Amino acid sequence: MSGPRKATTHVNQNEGLIFEKSSPGKAAWKLPPLDVPAVDAEKILGAVARSDLGNMPEVSEIEIIRHFTRLSTWNYGVDTGLYPLGSCTMKYNARVNEVVARLRGLAEAHPYQPQRLSQGALQIMKALADCLLEITGMDAITLQPAAGAHGELTGILMVRAFLEAQGNPRKKVLIPDSAHGTNPATAAICGYVVENLKSNAAGRVDVGALERQMNEDVAALMLTNPNTLGVFEEEIHKIADILHAKGGLLYVDGANLNALVGKTRPGDFNVDVMHLNLHKTFSTPHGGGGPGSGPVACKRRLEPFLPLPVVMENPDGSLEFDYDRPKSIGRVRAFYGNFGMHVRALAYILANGPDGLRQTTEDAVLNANYIRKKLEGVYELPYKTPTMHEVVFSDKKQAAKGVKTGDIAKRLIDYGFHPYTTSFPLIVPGALMIEPTESESKEELDLFIEAMRAIAEEAEREPQVILDAPHTTRVSRLDEVQAARKPVLRWRPPMREAAD
Amino acid sequence: MRYLPKSPSDREAMLREIGARSIDDLFSQIPTEYRLSRDLKVPRQMAESEIVEYFRERGAGTAADHASFLGAGVYEHYRPLVIEALASRGEFFTAYTPYQAEIAQGTLQSIFEFQTMICELTGMEVANASMYDGSTAVPEAAMMAARITGRHAAVVARTVHPEYREVLATYVQHEGMKVTEVGYGENGRVDMAAVDKAVTEQTACVILQSPNFFGTIEDVAAMAEVGHRKGALLVVVVAEAVSLGIVRPPAEADIVAMEAQSFGVPPGFGGPFCGVLATREKYVRQMPGRLVGETRDRHGRRGFCLTLSTREQHIRREKATSNICTNQALVALMATIFLSVYGREGLKELARHNLAKAAYAAGELRKKAKVLFDGAPRFHEFVVQTQEDPHELNRRLLEKKIVGGFPLKKFYPELGNASLWCCTEQMKRESIDAAVAAVRA
Repeated sequence: MSGPRKATTHVNQNEGLIFEKSSPGKAAWKLPPLDVPAVDAEKILGAVARSDLGNMPEVSEIEIIRHFTRLSTWNYGVDTGLYPLGSCTMKYNARVNEVVARLRGLAEAHPYQPQRLSQGALQIMKALADCLLEITGMDAITLQPAAGAHGELTGILMVRAFLEAQGNPRKKVLIPDSAHGTNPATAAICGYVVENLKSNAAGRVDVGALERQMNEDVAALMLTNPNTLGVFEEEIHKIADILHAKGGLLYVDGANLNALVGKTRPGDFNVDVMHLNLHKTFSTPHGGGGPGSGPVACKRRLEPFLPLPVVMENPDGSLEFDYDRPKSIGRVRAFYGNFGMHVRALAYILANGPDGLRQTTEDAVLNANYIRKKLEGVYELPYKTPTMHEVVFSDKKQAAKGVKTGDIAKRLIDYGFHPYTTSFPLIVPGALMIEPTESESKEELDLFIEAMRAIAEEAEREPQVILDAPHTTRVSRLDEVQAARKPVLRWRPPMREAAD
Repeated sequence: MRYLPKSPSDREAMLREIGARSIDDLFSQIPTEYRLSRDLKVPRQMAESEIVEYFRERGAGTAADHASFLGAGVYEHYRPLVIEALASRGEFFTAYTPYQAEIAQGTLQSIFEFQTMICELTGMEVANASMYDGSTAVPEAAMMAARITGRHAAVVARTVHPEYREVLATYVQHEGMKVTEVGYGENGRVDMAAVDKAVTEQTACVILQSPNFFGTIEDVAAMAEVGHRKGALLVVVVAEAVSLGIVRPPAEADIVAMEAQSFGVPPGFGGPFCGVLATREKYVRQMPGRLVGETRDRHGRRGFCLTLSTREQHIRREKATSNICTNQALVALMATIFLSVYGREGLKELARHNLAKAAYAAGELRKKAKVLFDGAPRFHEFVVQTQEDPHELNRRLLEKKIVGGFPLKKFYPELGNASLWCCTEQMKRESIDAAVAAVRA
């Protein structure tokens, strides 16, 4: 077994749970002297007073710093290296974004502060909205949804409200079999029956099948474009026409917008409503699982149904929130959305400008195609259709040796990379979905390709090395079955456990 | 381009390897008529120094240098510096959802600690790895109650944050869930007799907030009894989590829907915040959102992984408990660090300071105006009724660099010239005195 070129082990300290460091009397806090008379809490609160905070920890500041610093070293992030999780779009998170989002006047702004004091924040929301409308080619937008799936919910509620206003909300939403699981879950919450739409041999929507399936019961088609194979729906205009001819709407899941910015605009190919994932396309950090932000853009005829409030410009140029929207679907979140993410996304757009945004898209597509070319033949390519920002291989060749996509992923960790997406799209059994993004240099891509080739060789010669991977991490493969069978979802002090 | 690590010659070499003549070959799938042949009309590329300046200018005209009595669901508590120092570590904030457990133990363990702390604070048995925010946690709790009980109606107190109630209405409008609102009594608590009357055999849950929107602490135990008697679940909303340092946990609730913003998260003009759902163990499979569980690796070492994901949309698709995917992991991490700093004793003392500041402010304001809802205990918010329109008062306060209370007319017209005032530990006595001086008796 030849050693991987990228990864080596390094000092990586053991660390228990924060609760296990706790001891009565330790403290990391200090409050200033109280400048008003102290109160007798028990007297004020009476029966609702609390005296015991259970097993909350008591620790010092240095212990907290060491604890979370050590935990951080157990994580792989974009800062650590290539993170080719397909459809998740893990790109570089610029430091300037973090700095400006923490500026005192923005981070400390209260959502109910007087409008006069909110002009700067509103200007940021307006500037971002304007940029996103130009990038998508749509007419109106809300920044309120807190994540992509939340944007889907908002968008489908708008579709429903629009159709309802015409007299019939309709019954079904069509969703391609390659779609993200959030699409069907969203349609269900909005009261729709989900109907699957089969992909054709090219991995695209089967336009003939769509034509046959489309009828007056269908409210909308939820389409990801480019889809989860990284394939652009070439016949997108026909798809839109089929929907529109029977009074349905075209919803686009903007998860893969990173492949389109500056090159084409969904609004131009007749999309009615779409969401964007600011954390995917506009480099707001994913934070180990959020926060995200999922603005929803729509065509003019859907504008009255946007959630309230929306930012409105007064004749004098000042900005305010408009709550007077009788057709609105209502509110989808308290306040105005994840404003901190709006700040970061705008900072990203300003750092790129029109040239940079286009170049970013081109580099993302170039990187994915480079990987595709270099690994074709080494791994099975189930769909030969040209792809854009991501490429999906299958484990067919390696599975013949008993090595599955999940195993290859774990072995990739030993080579110093975060694995690709293993569980997606559902139409490719044993998928290896790779999305390098524009943030990777040729050198990093070559190292990744070399690692993938080396693993393919191992699958031939010594598959057990892969099946036992990862070998270099602080914990080896975890028993996820046991975790689900007997869930342990919180820590309990050993004493009590013994008493139980 | 500062963020792009390829030279023109790298690009050329890569195109050659691919066998493409130009980059446009790679976009040939896009029909020509839809290809953008012009520059996007967005601002020109800016230098880092210009970007910082742009946002500094926009941040300059805000309320940062004002004393603020605003609360109403967003609370300004002191944020210990270690939170930013640690949450800014790239391995935390540039990571994705921990699907690959072996290289995400940092995120996973911190979430496990978060789940544990939320359980300790709320008196619940399990907590999830966070929701978008408190307002969206409420409809998720209501829909969860509907799944558990097989019933499709909810009774919600009008003292629940008005915007939370609006979000609830938006979410459940196509779930066939009937929502009945119930008013409040003289003491600012939900009208218990009215709740008793409103709960029927169709009621999945009673939803109340404590401390409620007026800052009043509800009688959770009594309300649980009312709901449970008719087979409904009790959902308790906690919008001000710091209250849990000194107020009895809502242990009689079946589901707690919480906003954790108070734990070290800046007001940020309304987000990102951190919602949480917590519940009893027997309901865990009906709870939406991610969960982290403890397990063992091949060598028997302790480790953590995402678990019970068969509830989630990526597995169950349209039959999932919710469509939530991305949550608020980084914000949950900030809350976990905040809770580690204050801990068992600090949280109590912090809450005590909040209580004292608000008690002093209410006492002083009472000399010039009417403080409503005296008959029940409250935490750090209270309703003041003034002679003059609160908007007028607030205009005068603004001249003194004070942001006054939140006028309630918009949501509670029946209360007249009332506004909601909040004092956290950050409020200085001199600001309280200055505000009181400006009130016209």
